[in-house]
Amino acid sequence: MSAIEITGVSKVYAGGVRAVSDVSLSIADGEFIVLVGPSGCGKSTLLRMIAGLETITSGTVAIGNRVVNEIDPAARNIAMVFQNYALYPHMSVYDNLAYGLRNRGVPKTDIDARVAEAARMLEIEPFLTRKPKQLSGGQRQRVAMGRAIVRKPDAFLFDEPLSNLDAKLRVSMRGEIRQLQRRLGVTSVYVTHDQLEAMTLADRIVVLNGGRIEQVGRPLDVYHNPASTFVASFIGSPAMNLAEAEVTGGAVAIGGQVVASGVSGVKDGQVIVGLRAEDIQPAAPGTGVPFAVRYIEELGALRLVHGSVEGRHLTMALSPDLPLADEMKVVVAADRLHFFEDGSGRRMTR
Amino acid sequence: MIDRHPWLDALAHAVLIAGVLIVAFPVYVAVIASTHGPNDFMSGLVPLLPGSDAIANYRSMLTDGLSSSGAPPLGGMLWNSLVMALSIAFGKIAISILSAYAIVYFRFPFRAVAFWMIFVTLMLPVEVRIVPTFKVVADLGLLDSYAGLTIPLIASATATFLFRQFFLTVPEELMEAARIDGAGPLKFFRDILLPLSRTNIAALFVILFIYGWNQYLWPMMITTTSSHYTIVMGIKRMSDVADALPQWNVVMTTVVLALLPPVIVVVGMQRLFVKGLIETEK
Repeated sequence: MSAIEITGVSKVYAGGVRAVSDVSLSIADGEFIVLVGPSGCGKSTLLRMIAGLETITSGTVAIGNRVVNEIDPAARNIAMVFQNYALYPHMSVYDNLAYGLRNRGVPKTDIDARVAEAARMLEIEPFLTRKPKQLSGGQRQRVAMGRAIVRKPDAFLFDEPLSNLDAKLRVSMRGEIRQLQRRLGVTSVYVTHDQLEAMTLADRIVVLNGGRIEQVGRPLDVYHNPASTFVASFIGSPAMNLAEAEVTGGAVAIGGQVVASGVSGVKDGQVIVGLRAEDIQPAAPGTGVPFAVRYIEELGALRLVHGSVEGRHLTMALSPDLPLADEMKVVVAADRLHFFEDGSGRRMTR
Repeated sequence: MIDRHPWLDALAHAVLIAGVLIVAFPVYVAVIASTHGPNDFMSGLVPLLPGSDAIANYRSMLTDGLSSSGAPPLGGMLWNSLVMALSIAFGKIAISILSAYAIVYFRFPFRAVAFWMIFVTLMLPVEVRIVPTFKVVADLGLLDSYAGLTIPLIASATATFLFRQFFLTVPEELMEAARIDGAGPLKFFRDILLPLSRTNIAALFVILFIYGWNQYLWPMMITTTSSHYTIVMGIKRMSDVADALPQWNVVMTTVVLALLPPVIVVVGMQRLFVKGLIETEK
């Protein structure tokens, strides 16, 4: 168990492709960090640099106060869970768990005890003599976790471990990973492209885009105070509505239509306004902004209504028992609007 | 999907049975011929029913050979063929699996050059390079020896390619997981790659054993004493007699004996062989 300190880390591939640019991050002992971003954002590269599977072009990675840039993966005392599990196909589950321990010269009785403990924790005891081929996807995932646990590592590194599972299993495994990490208290870095996984698992989320950190923060902070339009559109489902708007004297106009007024602390001019789907609601009779409904998505507990205000596409999340019409009047919660600079997309302080 | 009709089934079976007959008939003739006395072939008619000299034929060939056509007892020739086929099979597998491992998993200077040099040998089978190869083997003093019989045939690329293709299908994460588990390059090779290649090795062994066993031209070129003759050469020498009729009964006896080891290898390793060609264990 150790803290991880990443300082000014960059990765440039031989062809000149810059995968990670000057990333700095402090991960506390026992913390669960989720790296999230679209494919190609450098999240996996960053994880693999922590693991030692990828060389570091510049900057340092320290695990537990020891700079590990030049240290072999096996000597970093980390454990990694891969997307395709990477179980040794010709070895039994027991041997898969024991292989790393044997290579480190752990005594046999000790190996037995550790494997038994991990197997009990993950409920894979009945499968110890089986080959990975004879297991289901979820069971293989557990074995891969078991292989990480028996090592008693300083840190767990997860590389999209749930992407190969079906949706239902993914949700239950997500819960188990969270509980397991809490119980073991091992520092964890988890890579995913799924913002829902990031929101539910993380102590802190790190949103990456184009090899750079866009924002670091607790899931709800990131959700409620996205640092940029990128984060705003990436975190949360449905994605936050973003529209070009004009601010004049505290009145916010989308396509000339004033949707909110009395907004303080925002300078006049062109901005990008962001509003969560749940912050748009039907207006009381006789008030509100016209909203042309295009199509509807039923989610059961929620109903997503896609439509437009003055030609700008917006989505609102309504309770399913509210009445619908082709042409509705809506009102937006003026105090819940997010403002981003037009151009840079950075969040504007209010 | 193809519809199943009884008459289509029948047709398919007829074709298959015809194919089997065409392949099996010469073998049958050889087996029958090996059971007859030397005079049964003088008439020019090939006998189709078993004769009564089987035991005598096989005993004489295994113990005495056929001195009139310069063929030593078959036991020695069978042994030579076996040594040659096994050395070629094991030698090729050992060298090619190691070179494929180097090419796929290591970044070293001139890696591409090494790869293309191996590739070029694919285009140069023994028959093409037979004169220079003979010269090299002669200069090295390897004529008329087991080393001379096998080493020039061991160097070839086909097996390297097969292993290379197989290694490329092994997920990279497996190697990374092994690295994190503290397995160095040799340990990874021994503990992970070699067991995974098991079926490929078996399939290659069968192919290479038969390749080595059936070698004819090369052993002919470099062996000069009968103690290094191989069985395939022996057949040729016996059927090629001067100023006499070939003794077809003993030639066929030799053929049948020469046929047995490859058959045993194929039958014995059939399960692994088929698995190695059709299935990847990952």
